[in-house]
Amino acid sequence: MTKNIMIVGVGGQGTLLTSRILGKLMLHVGYDVKISEVHGMAQRGGSVVTYVRYGEKVAEPIVEEGTADVLIAFERLEALRYAHFLKKDGVLIVNDQRIDPMPVVIGAAKYPEDIIEGLEQKYKVLKVDAMEEAKKLGNTRVFNNVVLGIAAKHMDIDYKDWITVIEQTVPPKTIEINKKAFDIGYNLHN
Amino acid sequence: MSNKVIMLGNEAFARGAYEAGVKVSAAYPGTPSTEISENLVKYDGVYAEWSPNEKVAMEVAIGASVSGVRALASMKHVGVNVAADPLYSIAYSGVNGGLVLVAADDPGLYSSQNEQDSRMVARAANVPVIEPSDSAEAKEFIKFAFDLSENYDTPVMVRTTTRLSHSQGLVELNVRIEPEDKPYERNMQKNVMMPGNAKLRHIVVEERNKKLALDAAEFPINKVEYNDKKIGIITSGIPYQYVKEVLPNASVLKLGLVNPLPRTLIEEFAKNVEELYIVEELEPVIEEQVKSWGIKATGKEIFTIQGEYSANLLRKALLKESLDLEAPAQIPNRPPILCPGCPHRSVYSVLNKLKIHAAGDIGCYTLGAVAPLSVVDTTVCMGSSISMLHGMEKAKGREFIKNWVAVIGDSTFMHTGVNSLMNMVYNQATGTVMILDNSTTGMTGHQDHAATGKMLSGEPTYAINIYHLCKAIGIENVYEVSAFDVDTLEETIKREVARDAISVIITKAPCALLNKEPIKFQYKIDADICKKCGSCLKPGCPAITKCEDGTIKINDTMCNGCGLCASKCKFGAISKVEL
Repeated sequence: MTKNIMIVGVGGQGTLLTSRILGKLMLHVGYDVKISEVHGMAQRGGSVVTYVRYGEKVAEPIVEEGTADVLIAFERLEALRYAHFLKKDGVLIVNDQRIDPMPVVIGAAKYPEDIIEGLEQKYKVLKVDAMEEAKKLGNTRVFNNVVLGIAAKHMDIDYKDWITVIEQTVPPKTIEINKKAFDIGYNLHN
Repeated sequence: MSNKVIMLGNEAFARGAYEAGVKVSAAYPGTPSTEISENLVKYDGVYAEWSPNEKVAMEVAIGASVSGVRALASMKHVGVNVAADPLYSIAYSGVNGGLVLVAADDPGLYSSQNEQDSRMVARAANVPVIEPSDSAEAKEFIKFAFDLSENYDTPVMVRTTTRLSHSQGLVELNVRIEPEDKPYERNMQKNVMMPGNAKLRHIVVEERNKKLALDAAEFPINKVEYNDKKIGIITSGIPYQYVKEVLPNASVLKLGLVNPLPRTLIEEFAKNVEELYIVEELEPVIEEQVKSWGIKATGKEIFTIQGEYSANLLRKALLKESLDLEAPAQIPNRPPILCPGCPHRSVYSVLNKLKIHAAGDIGCYTLGAVAPLSVVDTTVCMGSSISMLHGMEKAKGREFIKNWVAVIGDSTFMHTGVNSLMNMVYNQATGTVMILDNSTTGMTGHQDHAATGKMLSGEPTYAINIYHLCKAIGIENVYEVSAFDVDTLEETIKREVARDAISVIITKAPCALLNKEPIKFQYKIDADICKKCGSCLKPGCPAITKCEDGTIKINDTMCNGCGLCASKCKFGAISKVEL
């Protein structure tokens, strides 16, 4: 059975880095995996989406609407934009951060209010202020591992495999702080 | 120990070329092709370079091939247009060492100015086309392409798309074969394309096409998968994956060679299935040929010519399934924008203030077309800003362009802009050209070029000086101004657009993302002094937000410390904060 994961956010937030960790993880565990990314112009502060599919044999590299098992959103508005990709019992993980898109910055549109409350009516939502958690650890760059820690609980892959892959992927000097960030997420919604 | 790794399609192309023994690679960066060169340069025994444009890259690869080694050129689809001149003629000459061109199409327009189909170019140029459908095939098919090139004495195009180039998948690594360099032998009839020789080579090309179309039935890259014969599908590339997802039990003819088409294989497959569908993104290249042979098939009657395909698209169009999908939320969109601290924003804020129109070009700075900067009026292709400004002047006279400039980035200027500037000098133009020099090829992710002082390998090299280059072609009025010195910039632009002579203004400041060091200071708004006038919001910096209560704040996770906002504040409410 193929599992469908999506990582969405704003270009520059580090969604690509996050998907690289997932790719290595699936290879480590022995799954077939396909990951589809966005490079180029769309990365410049635009809405970005990465698809991760893993299982025994994966054909299509993208996740279709209504089929995502886990949707990881690095930003609230992007959570709302892609929420309809979730399947009925899918899990939505939201980093509780607001980044105004240009129509909002210039006053042509309003940033929707109560996004998370609205999403909670329809989906299982796990919320985190990962940036704040990462700041507490002293390095905002590890915020994506806080988010991954939460996702890990919903992806049927052993804790030790995650740790092994994080150790192999992040710069050696930052292994400990990245593992701590992951643990914060992992233990957040027990 | 397994030798399986996970690779982007583009990493796999690089690996495949390496394993095939490629010795020379040349390219100009362009999404979605850039990572091929960036990965290939890491391998021992391969010389890989950024050339100033795709035509030069193609010719470098051709030279390497003629001399007797395997050579690669890679580029995005619109780059193939730039390289079309050498491509069409090398198809006549053929090769010595294997010659492969990776052409990266962009269905869905993720990062391009059009959605053209490179297979059409290849057909017109009489170049065989090979199309893989995942990372593993990307690596294997490019190796096959090198063999094909040498066996049939032809350049070969490997066509990819954004979805393939930028998807990661599993790849099994093999060792590099080290083909011996072929000797170079003078062969004037083959290598000098003048009319008498080219007439004879055209005959060779037509014979080659016929032979390839016949032989292709046996090529392992074409694959027939017979299952339930009620539905038969002819497909290639990434759409094959969507077919397998939706119709795992259908019969499929998966084409690895899409030009020329293996006619006998297709005719046999068509006979053996009840209903035949052709699933290909973009143009009906396979479909039109198959139908011209009198074969009944369904294609673009139900599948769109525009954009990317998906499994759901096939479910709707082919299986007529009504998918019960939730509607997406109606929310503000999030288009790409210039980054916080981007020097282009500073330049555009001045042009906007002066109500000057810009003939634009290809790069991050194309984003100056949209609100709130709204400065760029036109964008066509690499280098076009300068020539179009010139055309406007010749059409409507000097007065018409007194409130116009051309804007072009440093990398795009070195690509083809310099040719257009020479034309302005030659034909007595008086326009103002602004070269937005951020010391890199920005939009594709920071590649070096002829004016940065570094090669693709990272080695230092001579940096062509753009100021002196402009002077050398005969322009007297060339000025360098810091992109963030808005007062000097304003004064210079006003003066130069009024001048009855050609001038170049080079605005200088590195791309905000080039600096990997932690920033040393940021800017902060003093709420007691702020009059909430909104002047600082005008340049559209994403780090500045107007809150519901009207207060304006600078987001400290985004501010890059460029200070443009402070230069816009008349009340001195924005000040520098040391970090």
